[in-house]
Parts: sequence; C-alpha cells; structure tokens
Amino acid sequence: MSELAGKAIIIIGALFNLFGCIGLIRLPDVYNRLQGATKCVTLGTCSILLGVLISSGVGPTGLKALAAILFIAITAPTAAHALSRGAHKSGIPLWEGSVVDKYEEDKS
Amino acid sequence: MIGFGLSLLTLSAFLCLYRIGSGPTPADRMVGIDILGILVVGFCGLFAIITGRPFYLNIALAWGLLSFIGTTALAKHLEGKKFDE
Repeated sequence: MSELAGKAIIIIGALFNLFGCIGLIRLPDVYNRLQGATKCVTLGTCSILLGVLISSGVGPTGLKALAAILFIAITAPTAAHALSRGAHKSGIPLWEGSVVDKYEEDKS
Repeated sequence: MIGFGLSLLTLSAFLCLYRIGSGPTPADRMVGIDILGILVVGFCGLFAIITGRPFYLNIALAWGLLSFIGTTALAKHLEGKKFDE
C-alpha cells in the first residue's frame, strides 16, 4: 500500500517537473521563465524525494531523502532570487507586456 | 511505473538543454543550468528506488550543494562583481 502511494507521488512529482520545464521553454522573458520553472521544479523534486521516503520507509534511504527535501526547499528559492537580482542589475530588459517593475522604482 | 517517471524527467532535461543551448541572453542559460541541477537530484532519488542502494542519495545531497554554490557564483558574476567581494 505504501509502495503504491509512494509511486503515485513520484509520478505526480515527475509531471510537475515536466510542466515546469515546458514553462521554461514557452514563457517570454528571463524573469517569467525563472518564476515558472523554479517553483514547479522545486515542488516536483521535493515530491519525488517524498515518494522515495514513503515507499522505502524510515531507514538510511528515507532519512537521507528527508534531508535532501529540506536542503532543496531552502536553497532553490535562494538561488533563483540571487539569479533574478543579478539579471536585473546586469540590465536585461523586461518583456514589453510587463506592467510593473517595483525593483527599478525602489532603486531610484 | 518508475520507468514512466524516468522518461518524464528525461524529457524535462532535454527541454532544459534546449533552453541552455538557445537562450537569447546569458541569464537564460544560467536559469537552465540551475533548473537542470535541481532535476539531477530527482534523478538520483529515482535511481535509489530502482537499484535499492541508499548511496545515490548521498550523491543527491552533494549535487544539490554544489548546484547551489555554482548558481550563486553565476549570479554574482552576472551582477558584475568579483567572486571574493
């Protein structure tokens, strides 16, 4: 039973990864791509590791998967934030359909 | 069923490679590298399930750490600073 639940969660996580990467292809802008891809891929990878934890039980595999979940959930948004800040400071323009740029208003 | 998940992840990795190859700006390529680094952690989790050996999760932890450090260094380079500022 727990093995089947773990496999279902793994498939859901892999689907989230695929949708995030489709967003990485189809969105028009660096910032939109970062927004769409990072959230979906973080949730998908955490879900895959949660499936590993559920289907293998509490043991060396499960506890390492739990540590990897905590690590990914902390570091992936931090890296994305640093990357978008660097892209904005290096002068990459926003998409022409963007309506607001609060960071530019704050700097001036 | 795990094989289906592996094929979905492989398709995602190829989409990331397309973005790394054809990104119009350098920041697009860096976003692709960041996302690909997170995807590899998921690959390592699936290999740990398939082979039944827990050391693949050690690889996943180390890969997550190195990917984070690499992305931070790329972001700092994009911002126009030296690495030791």
